[in-house]
Amino acid sequence: MTKLRSRLGSAAELGDRRDWLEQAEPAERAAYLAAAATMLRRRDLEMITTAGMGHIGGDFSAADIVATLYLAVLRVNPEAPEWPDRDRYIQSKGHASAILYATLAMVGFFEDDALNSYMAPLSPLNGHPDRRHVPGVESNTGPLGHGLPVGVGAALAARLAGSSRRAFVLTGDGELQEGSNWEAAMAASHYALDNLVAIVDRNGLQQGARTEETNALEPLADKWIAFGWDVRDVDGHDHEQLYQVLRGAPFAAGKPTCVIARTRKGHGVSFMTDRVEWHHKIPDAQQVSEALEELSR
Amino acid sequence: MTHAATTSVGPAGDGRADGLLHDCRKAFAQALHDLAAENDRIVVVCNDSVGSSNLVAFARDYPGRLFNVGIAEQDMVGVGAGLANGGYIPFVCAASPFLTGRALEQIKADVAYSGAAVKLCGMSPGLAYGALGPTHHSIEDLAWLRVLPGLPLVVPADPAETRAAVRWAAGASGPAFLRISRSPVPDLPVPVQDLEPGKATVLIDGGDITLIGNGTLASRCLDAAALLAAEGISARVLNTPWVRPLDEDAIIAAAVETGGIVTAEEHSVHGGLGSAIAELVVSRSPVRMRILGVPGQFAPTGSTQWLFEHFGLTGPGIARAALSLLGKTGD
Repeated sequence: MTKLRSRLGSAAELGDRRDWLEQAEPAERAAYLAAAATMLRRRDLEMITTAGMGHIGGDFSAADIVATLYLAVLRVNPEAPEWPDRDRYIQSKGHASAILYATLAMVGFFEDDALNSYMAPLSPLNGHPDRRHVPGVESNTGPLGHGLPVGVGAALAARLAGSSRRAFVLTGDGELQEGSNWEAAMAASHYALDNLVAIVDRNGLQQGARTEETNALEPLADKWIAFGWDVRDVDGHDHEQLYQVLRGAPFAAGKPTCVIARTRKGHGVSFMTDRVEWHHKIPDAQQVSEALEELSR
Repeated sequence: MTHAATTSVGPAGDGRADGLLHDCRKAFAQALHDLAAENDRIVVVCNDSVGSSNLVAFARDYPGRLFNVGIAEQDMVGVGAGLANGGYIPFVCAASPFLTGRALEQIKADVAYSGAAVKLCGMSPGLAYGALGPTHHSIEDLAWLRVLPGLPLVVPADPAETRAAVRWAAGASGPAFLRISRSPVPDLPVPVQDLEPGKATVLIDGGDITLIGNGTLASRCLDAAALLAAEGISARVLNTPWVRPLDEDAIIAAAVETGGIVTAEEHSVHGGLGSAIAELVVSRSPVRMRILGVPGQFAPTGSTQWLFEHFGLTGPGIARAALSLLGKTGD
């Protein structure tokens, strides 16, 4: 945290950081977001090894997306988490809770120390996020396919309120097998919700196998297009691509935006990358050491 | 007053005991429409149920505040949670079997566990769909929802109580489930103005036995009490619109003072009002009970009225159960 803020000089507010990143050169911005995402992965690794539980593969696959959103895109106020005009971020892949918590702490929703209690008895930081106990969490997720309908409602509310706020939903890719997503996808285009952005963490792996071997999603972009969405394909570990698409949406008036973020499960640690067993495996001491070594480069 | 002989359905009740029978959906729709005029944060989400939820006038007068998401109940409840997150007061209206059955996980995670102030309105519950059969009956909804923490469950008995339930829900800071009957009911003798959470009302005082009902069965408990009075039995009648929170004091007082309880509900005998009362009574003041409702079976084909008769959910049926409990018949 100290290191990140020191790069901003005296600017401690998230809004200031967002403004600073907007004005920064692309390379500088990308380097900053990459450094932040690496810090988040290190903290995530600590949390999961301390808890002996968690979903590190999906956390690492989403880390660059979540970091880019919170540090550079979302209009939120950690000092007033219920600020009515905030952007809504709904993390439908609730099992990636550790990366969400680490990010919320990094941007100041609560103290970093709280992360040490991840999944411990009576901790507010459950294995899946609970908005009643964690400031910054918008809706309780965990069962899959819940986030997008809530995002549709949040986007409708923004329109009713005459607000320019946006709703962002991060889904896993395997969870798109849940039909509720497609109910919501239809509604979003029916209501022309161009203030809604769905981000698919397209790492290609679900809990037990590849998505394409389980219940194939491809051609995924065509599906969203057929449902009336404007689809953007990005490298989900390229911070500048993520920044441009998440900051710039919508790109088609009257259409919700689907960002298919091509990612790799376990990205950042070579022995975890694209390996299905790292969905929720816990690294041993040697593996932690190797992972930290890679995340220090 | 007998229900079997009176099938005409009057206009939305005005709170007077006019002797007519009423469809509570009309009072529900009128109350919601009135509130919407006062509070522009009130919105509706429904599932191709504008007509069956009696929302035609709302759709006409507040078109921008009614979201018909089509036949998509999971999306419907999630959209409601998102609207609540955005500062609105969503009334999510659908036939109760599909609202509670199809979207149960959304009700659990997005509404109850999230503490989202969504007002779930289960329309035409119980046996209201009659001969359309068990797929359309909603005799499980209270059992499913009663195990979800933080979700008050309200079952109004007449138009006045329905209006009061809508007003209470709109003003409550958290979620709620309103079970809005379609099967015709008369006005209760004294119209309620406001609902107080967890409060039952004593419709008739008595000392020999207690009859407890809600929704369509509250007035039938009154019918039963009249039949029992003719047999020289003094029955207390409790109307309990709140399945949660229960009026524990009133129920325990009834157990202690009358020594026996008959419950009646348009729901399965498993997991509903009778079960909730039994759980309370057995731990604090055990007395003998009869739990009337749909026994553990899928109902046979028959009209709503026929099914009420078939399962003994009538004044005479409730009276028979009371006599049996008192050892006065071989029933």
